[in-house]
Amino acid sequence: MELLIDGIKKAFDMILSGDREVFAITWLTLKVCLISILISTLIGLPLGILLGLTRFKGRRILLLFINIGMGLPPVVAGLWITMLLWRSGPLGDLTLLYSPTAIVMAQILVSLPIVTSLTCTAFQQISEKMLLQIKALGATRMQTLIILIKQLKIAILAAIMAGFGRVIAEVGAAMMVGGNILGDTRILTTTIVMEVSKGNFDIALALSFILLSVALLITAALTFLQQRKRIS
Amino acid sequence: MNPLVELNNITYKAQNKTILDIPEFQICAGEFLGIMGPNGAGKSTLLKVLAFLENQSSGAILYRGEVIPKGNVPLELRRKFSIALQQSLLLDGTVFHNIAIGLTLRKMPKTVIKEKVAHWLELFGISHLAKKNALYLSGGEAQRVNLARAMIIEPEILFLDEPFSALDFPTKIKLMEDFKGIIETARTTAVFVSHDLMEINYLTNRLAIIVNGEVKQSGPTPRVLEHPNSSTASFLNEWKKFYPLAR
Ligand SMILES: Nc1ncnc2c1ncn2[C@@H]1O[C@H](COP(=O)(O)OP(=O)(O)OP(=O)(O)O)[C@@H](O)[C@H]1O
Ligand SMILES: [Mg+2]
Repeated sequence: MELLIDGIKKAFDMILSGDREVFAITWLTLKVCLISILISTLIGLPLGILLGLTRFKGRRILLLFINIGMGLPPVVAGLWITMLLWRSGPLGDLTLLYSPTAIVMAQILVSLPIVTSLTCTAFQQISEKMLLQIKALGATRMQTLIILIKQLKIAILAAIMAGFGRVIAEVGAAMMVGGNILGDTRILTTTIVMEVSKGNFDIALALSFILLSVALLITAALTFLQQRKRIS
Repeated sequence: MNPLVELNNITYKAQNKTILDIPEFQICAGEFLGIMGPNGAGKSTLLKVLAFLENQSSGAILYRGEVIPKGNVPLELRRKFSIALQQSLLLDGTVFHNIAIGLTLRKMPKTVIKEKVAHWLELFGISHLAKKNALYLSGGEAQRVNLARAMIIEPEILFLDEPFSALDFPTKIKLMEDFKGIIETARTTAVFVSHDLMEINYLTNRLAIIVNGEVKQSGPTPRVLEHPNSSTASFLNEWKKFYPLAR
């Protein structure tokens, strides 16, 4: 209990005193996570729509891999990205290992399957008849798509939130591909792990409150967007 | 009479089953064509083929004498027609939004859309529902929205699949009267699927009877009703037991 109160006190101290380091770490966390989820959405949304609305050869196999990917352990994702970016690896020349970009790559790898699969599930529930009705109203393919996205707004935002939850909570991959380098790749989750291992529970607890606040803020914004103006 | 839409040796197959087999069939400009037949006869499918919404398996469909390439129907042509499907598939949004959608998709100016929607809401007696979510409507209310949504486009041909089936009797009579007036004033060509001989008798001037995916008889409505042929007699005579025709 004392620890908890200490942690809360420390968190307020850190935020109120405008601790540069904490601010930088939080900012990087926010940046990395938002970029990851943005890219995951930009790829996962169209891919999910394609998988949900069309039938093509190999679709089910692809879907199977995506569904397996939803449970991909972050350390495995981290390992793959590390191997990819390793000096002698296929993308070694880019020297991206231990950079924020590497963290973004790992986070995309773990969140993309979630966004894609949940989007696909939503679109698959649109009936053939509904598609026909929309077409009958004179919609082009593009207009049909826009109507469907609006109709499925709630499910799509839920998919994005689920992906974001994965990204913000992620630590194993970020540790492995980022290396927790101060001022460069240190993000909130990796800092917490480090502080705990040093025995600084109060700092770790303080950081965890900051992490929670960030997650809460983003999720609240998405929930607001999702639940806005539902008429009855 | 010059045909607007013409079917030529059309078949429609689904899962290796022939659902439609129609050597020739036409919709003529200005007519109000009724389609009757037992459940599963292929009426709804025929409507979708005629409206260029489903591709035929074989044969040709012509619009004003021109063959329309299968699977490549120009958007402008599709937009000349509108169809109220058997189920009122409404979107999650207000009734206003649902009725406006055909016009929105055609990029009409907002002020025009507002005016027109208000007009059609009024006509169908659902002005008070304008701001309600369409998913929470009763069956009859939803059907009116479905009808208004199809008619607001002022299509060249209006296709209707059992549009009055969920309406209470007084509403049905009122709506049918209004509907007939609207269609006649606008000189809209209409194709109308119904199971109700009263509706068919009141609204249509030509009737086609379809059984097992084939058009068994077609002609002026009173003549078909009074003189069923050998393949339609069993279907029509059942009806006539309950509806002595006074026309
Ligand atoms: N996509 C499809 N796949 C398989 N069978 C189909 C398909 N579409 C229609 N059918 C079948 O074709 C037949 C005709 O269907 P349709 O909906 O045109 O009948 P209908 O005359 O409108 O019947 P109802 O009076 O019940 O509305 C039915 O037996 C139906 O099961
Ligand atoms: Mg039908």
